[in-house]
Amino acid sequence: MTTAAETMPPGAGSDEADLRQHDLPPTARLGALTLAMTVAGGVVMAAEYGRHPSLWVPIALAAAAGAVLIVNVALLARMKTFAWTAFFRVLGWALLAYFVIAGILEFVFVFDHTPAHQLALFSVLLFLFATDVPLILAFSVARWQLPPEAV
Amino acid sequence: MTDTVLSDSGLARDIDPGIREGVGPPAHAPGPPVIAPFSIVPVRGLPIVAAILIGLIVAISTNSLWALTFFHVGGGGLWTSIDLFLGLIIGPILGGMSVQARVEFTIRFMPKMLLIMPTLVAMTLGAGFQLARHLGNLDTAYPHHGWLVTSYVIVGVMAVIALGLLEPANLAVLFELKKPRPNGERIGRLMKVFIYTAGITGVMQIATIVIMTFLASR
Repeated sequence: MTTAAETMPPGAGSDEADLRQHDLPPTARLGALTLAMTVAGGVVMAAEYGRHPSLWVPIALAAAAGAVLIVNVALLARMKTFAWTAFFRVLGWALLAYFVIAGILEFVFVFDHTPAHQLALFSVLLFLFATDVPLILAFSVARWQLPPEAV
Repeated sequence: MTDTVLSDSGLARDIDPGIREGVGPPAHAPGPPVIAPFSIVPVRGLPIVAAILIGLIVAISTNSLWALTFFHVGGGGLWTSIDLFLGLIIGPILGGMSVQARVEFTIRFMPKMLLIMPTLVAMTLGAGFQLARHLGNLDTAYPHHGWLVTSYVIVGVMAVIALGLLEPANLAVLFELKKPRPNGERIGRLMKVFIYTAGITGVMQIATIVIMTFLASR
């Protein structure tokens, strides 16, 4: 089977955006780690839904996910030459879209009279989800755009 | 080697040998493909997405068994079918198409996927959770609770793959194609990630279907 990469014209090959990849923080990988911990927290909670389970595991996962997200944002914020215009353009729309999705799921939990402690933890996990995914999306676009200084 | 053409502003600019925008040979002729103007987010599709999401909220708030089943089964079926069709059928076909055809397909197809997939995921998961709760399947005393938890894990892994790899690749391809000088090699790499991850999530969906049909038949 011929793959897309084999038959696609080479274009410019490695361009300046490729060369800049080494200077970028591991935002996509840290974002995926945050997402994995957030989803794992959600799965643990959903598996115990309706009971009065110990919330320590999902709390630990949410705390770890939050810490990685903060580190991720801090590392990215240190970047001086970065395509911030493209980044914020994508981030804004993605935040809107993912907060709508998170809002629908939050509505389900509120509508179902989820107990207060579980609801609070679900809300934190949804907040992490709705913040982290737009961060990954915005970074994935901006990393291949040249910052204004480089154009 | 680069060609020089006049841009909209009247300034000369270099065009990659692989891809040219606005000028170029006819689609059947060999040479660099032409990239027609396109919108990253198909605005005309937004009212449809809004209508579906409103319908989902109504289904949840009324706890209508039919509506919840419709949104969950309909959304899940489409999600699975699209993933499998994309990864196992469209992907290999796309790999063998001409560059011009592939670019034309991509700029028409990928923006639609940007609206379709998140909407299907929200439909399937939102309605599915409520349906399971409505039927008592979420209860840990439910005899097949272990199977349900297994499906949560599968969906969780799929979500990480889809949101951490597939969607970012989709968006990055669209923004790359919007550039005055798109990088063909990069688009090829990103499209490969998109097609392969769609195929992987599609195959994982089969496991979900096996579990869901098993549970529905109990």
